[in-house]
Amino acid sequence: MKNKGFIRINEELCKGCALCIEVCPKGSIRISKKLNIKGYHPAEYTEKEKSKNRKCTGCSLCAIICPDIAIEVFHG
Amino acid sequence: MDRRLMCGSHVIGEAATRAGCRFYAGYPITPQNELPEYMSKRFAKMDDAIFIQAESELAAINMVMGASMAGVRAMTSSSSPGISLKQEGISYIAGMELPAVIVNIMRGGPGLGNIAPSQQDYFQATRGGGHGGYRTIVLAPCSGQEMVTLTMKAFDLADAYRTPVLVLGDGLMGQMMEPVTFPDPIDPAATLPQKDWVLDGAGGRDSRLIASLILDPIDMEQHNWKLAGKYKAICESETRHESYLLDDAVLAVVAFGTAARIAKGAVNRVRKAGLKVGLFRPISLWPFPEKELKALSSTIKHLLVFEMNLGQMVEDVKISVGEQATVDFHGRPGGIISTPHEIAGEITKLIYRYDTG
Amino acid sequence: MAKQVFKRPEALKENTTHYCPGCGHGIIHRLIAEVIDELGIRDKTVGVPPAGCAVLAYNYIDVDMGEAPHGRAIAVATGIKRTRPDLVVFTYQGDGDIAAIGTAEAIHAASRGERLSVIFVNNGVYGMTGGQMAPTTLLGQTTTTTPGGRLPLRDGFPLDLSQMLAVAGGSVYIERTTVTSPKNIIRTKKAIKKAFQVQMDGLGFALVEILSQCPINWKLSPVAACRWVEEEVVKSYPLGVIKDAREKSN
Repeated sequence: MKNKGFIRINEELCKGCALCIEVCPKGSIRISKKLNIKGYHPAEYTEKEKSKNRKCTGCSLCAIICPDIAIEVFHG
Repeated sequence: MDRRLMCGSHVIGEAATRAGCRFYAGYPITPQNELPEYMSKRFAKMDDAIFIQAESELAAINMVMGASMAGVRAMTSSSSPGISLKQEGISYIAGMELPAVIVNIMRGGPGLGNIAPSQQDYFQATRGGGHGGYRTIVLAPCSGQEMVTLTMKAFDLADAYRTPVLVLGDGLMGQMMEPVTFPDPIDPAATLPQKDWVLDGAGGRDSRLIASLILDPIDMEQHNWKLAGKYKAICESETRHESYLLDDAVLAVVAFGTAARIAKGAVNRVRKAGLKVGLFRPISLWPFPEKELKALSSTIKHLLVFEMNLGQMVEDVKISVGEQATVDFHGRPGGIISTPHEIAGEITKLIYRYDTG
Repeated sequence: MAKQVFKRPEALKENTTHYCPGCGHGIIHRLIAEVIDELGIRDKTVGVPPAGCAVLAYNYIDVDMGEAPHGRAIAVATGIKRTRPDLVVFTYQGDGDIAAIGTAEAIHAASRGERLSVIFVNNGVYGMTGGQMAPTTLLGQTTTTTPGGRLPLRDGFPLDLSQMLAVAGGSVYIERTTVTSPKNIIRTKKAIKKAFQVQMDGLGFALVEILSQCPINWKLSPVAACRWVEEEVVKSYPLGVIKDAREKSN
């Protein structure tokens, strides 16, 4: 079973800079239509944590480049 | 007790060391080169003291800022132009409520000026030479022995009030050799009270910040009122002056530092000629002995302010006495050292002008 | 049960930063906090932030901090380190702070081999004050004080302080990296760790110059700004180890 992962994005910390989207190899992140408290459109993880066909491998590239440390990464 | 014959700059260095100064950053500038030279030799023999010849007077005051943040008694010294370079740093030290001792061995100015003694930095010293309206305690010794006591006092006041303290000497005092007596040295680690605000690594406590940036004007105003409270307390308890032969005087010379020593010679001279003249010598230039001078002018109606500049302290004297006494001024800027004879002449002129003979 | 593999370092406070979207400062703060955690030195680290965008670093990096006047962080840090050599002291400075007004302090600290770790964030402009030219602004680059682009004989050539400091006798380790891609961010963290280690080993002056993106003042999107660093800025400021005198000295 290929290594699966998922991420959690703190939408209030995120400023919608989209760097995570640029580096994600699986295209699993997009800009949300919602607005956060500061009026940014935060980044949004497109997959469900529990779903079987998630593409996210938990490689952490998104979290590494996030300037606002808004992304936590999990394996499993 | 330890009696020695030493030049003024060396005296300040030894006094600072005995007061527990363990960090000195300096830079060469005449007429105070002997001070960094002394500190480099003195601190080299100690394993808990740091001497740095900085790349500029400006870097030196910032190094003192850092040492003070780390809780060490720290000092820098320079002469007039170098003190100008330190002004921004002194403003930060005042704003951050850090203790520090700054020694200015004044020389002729403005600009490059010369290396002769002067008192032309009075305004810079007493009005807070940097930005932001802070004040610094300013102590003006007029003898080798006072350089011992006031330098040591400067460190105590800096720690007590957490504020920069300026010791204001001049080129003559810095070079002149006089016998002085030193008290026993203190061991800073053993005797000085623990500082609970220093930056020494957030071990088992919240991290600390020492900063002067306060972006919100509401908080900045509060911080200014806090500093104002400190300055008020300093004014109430740290004013120092000397009165000499004033009890029966009809005219008082008001002078500080080297000018006061010259004036004392003049007072003694005219006293022999029967003129009732005395000397009022401010020792703390800030806080200025305003109350004491006001009280004096209720009995002595004529004051002669003598300074080695174009007239700076004279303004504080006028503020203190108002209309209660006439205030005349005699000044010699640019590094000229007046003689007692010259000052005696000025006194005599005024005595006869005001017909108080 | 899922295992967390990436989380906020202990030494990084849990609050939003004032930095603009995509700015490199936030990343660099995290790297410093991770290095402090990994070296286990939070209880003996003192930071000296600059006057610049990162003056508020003390709101984010959870260590003792003493603020310095603009350009004087290295002098203040020298005062702290010399009196408390047991502490780990780092400065965090922008290009204006260290390569313009603070140049003398940097050169002389390197020359004296002050045991300091200097984090030099080079984003080519004065960020906090609205994007004026910095010593590191590229030739032809437009800023609010080089409206027609930087002209060498009017505005000077891009200054390479790291190369200048490499010549100083007391500098031991100098590297230039960027935080504009995950690979480079990881390399930056290693460099920061080495710069701290050089200090802790008492070897001398260490500095990491980090090319960082400033989207708002470059008027580029964060992604375009990162690309611009990796395609243009690196031409004037090539990446890599500029000096590593550790082997020779131990």
